[in-house]
Amino acid sequence: METILTAAKLSLWVSLSATLLIALVGIVLAYFLARHNFRGKHLLDVLISIPLVLPPTVVGYALVLLLGREGWIGAPLYRLTGWSFVFTWQGAALAAFVVALPLMVRVSRAAIEAVDQDLIHASTVLGKSEWETVIKVVLPLARGGIMAGILLAFARALGEFGATLMIAGNIPGKTSTLPLSIYSAFQSGDDALAQTLAILLTIISGTVIYLAGKWTSSRWI
Amino acid sequence: MDIALSVCFRKAFASGFSMDVSWQAGREIVVLFGPSGAGKSLTFQTIAGLVKPDEGHIQLGDRVFHDTRAGIDLPPQSREIGYLFQHHALFPHMTTRENVLYGHLQPRSSEAAAACAAMLARFHLEGLEQRHPGALSGGQRQRVALARALMRKPRVLLLDEPLSAVDLAVRRSIRNELKALQRTLGIPMVIITHDLGEALALADRLVIYDHGRVLQAGTPEAVLQNPQNELITAWAGHAPLQGERIFSF
Repeated sequence: METILTAAKLSLWVSLSATLLIALVGIVLAYFLARHNFRGKHLLDVLISIPLVLPPTVVGYALVLLLGREGWIGAPLYRLTGWSFVFTWQGAALAAFVVALPLMVRVSRAAIEAVDQDLIHASTVLGKSEWETVIKVVLPLARGGIMAGILLAFARALGEFGATLMIAGNIPGKTSTLPLSIYSAFQSGDDALAQTLAILLTIISGTVIYLAGKWTSSRWI
Repeated sequence: MDIALSVCFRKAFASGFSMDVSWQAGREIVVLFGPSGAGKSLTFQTIAGLVKPDEGHIQLGDRVFHDTRAGIDLPPQSREIGYLFQHHALFPHMTTRENVLYGHLQPRSSEAAAACAAMLARFHLEGLEQRHPGALSGGQRQRVALARALMRKPRVLLLDEPLSAVDLAVRRSIRNELKALQRTLGIPMVIITHDLGEALALADRLVIYDHGRVLQAGTPEAVLQNPQNELITAWAGHAPLQGERIFSF
């Protein structure tokens, strides 16, 4: 029972942290990809989206190369602070962030693109800055898609396994999220635990996906 | 004519469509008339600063909106234009009152609240303050859009097809309201239509558009007396009507 609670709490904590960051970064990325043309736009799009199709192990490996103790960013970070993403819950959250971000960006970008151009023009002609137009018109009208994107990202973060294993390992109570705990339980022959965890994860993820669907259909007519 | 608005620009679009137009307006009702796709709405967007011309000069009174050679291009926010979009472009997530208030530069000020109340009364929108645009009729939506556009005290009014979304029965009254509004405000009012009957009923000055060019401009009488366009010729009775040509125009 304690294993279940610990894993569930850790999973929620890691996924919520990743989702919070995804919501903030994702809205900005989605808006700029939807409404602006700039150099490197397509490259940025590919960079954000590629974790959708790569095996999560490759994403995890890339994160280790980048942020591991000997990584390009990780090495100077470790020298300066004595801390590294490797084998920490922050590492797990970062893996979830990278893997789940494209879902959020794609769904909310589509919602932002669907906002009638005339409404944006009307706001501009009425003297409102781009920032004001975004806050008062674009985001409220795209909120269904944005919320759906955030929930989908949360569901994906909850289910993250491969990249998490690569950068954060599988340390009980520290980085063993629900998916990793299921793997450990199955490996050690504890089928009852594996089943309980699997059912729990399925229920949570199913609920989140259901809510995401409801949000998408709540639109202003 | 005392020129209040002067529009002259060229623009080639990526689609292959190109525009080269020039016309002036006094403090009067000017109607841009022509088939859809002639560049009338694009002209409005260019005046409003939403589309940047390749070359041109656009001036309202003593304020230069755009002058390619002088490198002047005022942002749309500071052009002080009242723009009525073809489908009204009301914000669907805001109520009537919120839509109208949005037109004010400081929507939260008490001054804005007073101006909004006056505007709602002026356009007979009392009782509809809390409704969303989805729950309004075409005519009501248009009055909300007009009220919103007038909140910032525009120096020119651009109305894109203001009569297309309302019932035939209320068109005449809206026509009269628009004329009265122009007289009260004393600013240039430019109206787009593809209905020649409406154009003639409204216009102090008529500008005929086709394929991104101005075919003819002048008072309705002058245009009718010396038509340089097949349809106007037909309308003025100088040539036999050509059946479907009229409807396709």
